[in-house]
Amino acid sequence: MSAAPFRVLPHLDDENRFFWTSGADGQLRFLRCGDCSEYVHPPAPECPACAGRRLSPEVVSGRGEVFSYTINHQQWDGSPEPYVIALVEIDEQIGLRLTTNLADIDIDRVGVGLRLKVCFEQQGDVFLPMFTGDDR
Amino acid sequence: MTSFERRSIISGVGQSAVGRRLNRSGMDLTLEAARAAIADAGLTTADIDGISTYPGGGSAAPGGFAGPGSPEVQDALRLQVNWHSGGSEGAAQLAAVINAVMAVGAGLARHVLVYRTVTEATAQGAGGRQPIGLGGGGRQGVSGTMQWSLPYRAYSAANWLAMNAQRHFHEFGTTAEQMAMIPINARKNAALNPKAVYTDPMTLDDYFASRMITTPFRLFDCDAPVDGSTALIVSTAEHARDVDHPVARVEAVGTALRGRPSWDQFDDMTTMAARDAGAHMWTRTDLKPADVDVAELYDGFSFLAMAWLEALGFCGHGESGAFIEGGHRIALDGELPLNTHGGQLSAGRLHGFGFIHEACVQLRGTAGARQVAGSVEVAAVGNGGGPIAGAMLLTREG
Ligand SMILES: [Zn+2]
Repeated sequence: MSAAPFRVLPHLDDENRFFWTSGADGQLRFLRCGDCSEYVHPPAPECPACAGRRLSPEVVSGRGEVFSYTINHQQWDGSPEPYVIALVEIDEQIGLRLTTNLADIDIDRVGVGLRLKVCFEQQGDVFLPMFTGDDR
Repeated sequence: MTSFERRSIISGVGQSAVGRRLNRSGMDLTLEAARAAIADAGLTTADIDGISTYPGGGSAAPGGFAGPGSPEVQDALRLQVNWHSGGSEGAAQLAAVINAVMAVGAGLARHVLVYRTVTEATAQGAGGRQPIGLGGGGRQGVSGTMQWSLPYRAYSAANWLAMNAQRHFHEFGTTAEQMAMIPINARKNAALNPKAVYTDPMTLDDYFASRMITTPFRLFDCDAPVDGSTALIVSTAEHARDVDHPVARVEAVGTALRGRPSWDQFDDMTTMAARDAGAHMWTRTDLKPADVDVAELYDGFSFLAMAWLEALGFCGHGESGAFIEGGHRIALDGELPLNTHGGQLSAGRLHGFGFIHEACVQLRGTAGARQVAGSVEVAAVGNGGGPIAGAMLLTREG
């Protein structure tokens, strides 16, 4: 990946730490219900599908596709380079989505349905999940 | 069916000066609008027994987004109220109006001052619109729902809602040429509104020449921050006979939110919470979309007005692009005049309240050069974008 831009980082707490540090071993994890197998995002103390409390982080394939996207041109944070903000739907569950960035990708290739795999940008303790093309 | 809504009318409206960088305080603007609305309703401050605002929080809030809070305005006008409310959670900006309608319907108040004040233009100064989360504490680490967007430099509702628009483009073949009709129509109408901030004619070429903000939104798809205050008086319906002009009767409200209340986890990204609020509104009235004479629909970003056209059933889901193509249907002389004052895109971001103000003015027939021809009997208002929505249907009385 090219040099990391300025980013506002998440404040880590007991609920979100597993998610934002998951990339330390190169894996993406979501909270999953031990009773009904629902993936739950954002993290919550109980499963919204079955009210079960046996939730724990579980590794997913890290694969998904562009559900929607926007190419940002406005210099909100001073950087002049356009960048891709994408809403990525994770393969494991319909509606399991992340707002994220696409990294190392030709902007002209970006479209709804583009196949992706996860990658991470480390900033201190935080490993931000991002996505890149899945065909290389 | 007699619902609580029909116990209320909007008996008076008032609006301060509106402009880019007026360098006047929010309280100054609020009192100008409030005094005008109270007088328009044929009342004095002694008659006002309720007060309601969005978003509340008071003059100390940064960025000019919040006007003075209800305690500050109550005190400035020395109101003695039986009911008071201010807040940002609810059916978009219209929540402040709907809360007042509920208070009147419940008998807690007879005449409620409702207002919304912004001083965003002055607060932003020459630096322009600031992103969410980059001020002050943003660099300390972000918690709560914003942690899922800000680290990805998705700083603005422009970014979040651009993804709703892009998904609509993908599923339905909606085009930028179609979407451009929202700002172009708004600009045409703004030229007839003496208070509008942008009135120069806008062509399709002008639209495509405006710089890209975040695809598919160009600068001209984004509303214009202004300073201004809008006030309404929500009164008990019997007051209609004591007013020397027609009034807007509240026919129905829409407040439902059934999808996940989230910018990025909402079930159908091509719709928004407007889908739920719009459908809810039609369950509370015998009127139908075809009865509506004028539509005043939130256009913080141009796509939002398209989503509202679908949400309120003026066209089918996914059909708003074709509906507005060429701009004839939504023109002042079209079958459904839209954003007749110029919307937030050209009249200025009075943040929701510009639409209900315009609906009342059109129903009363006092919109001057931009008055829709013929009898305006029914007006629809939609406020909000993304996971935030509220709708109201108003009819003319008198
Ligand atoms: Zn479960």
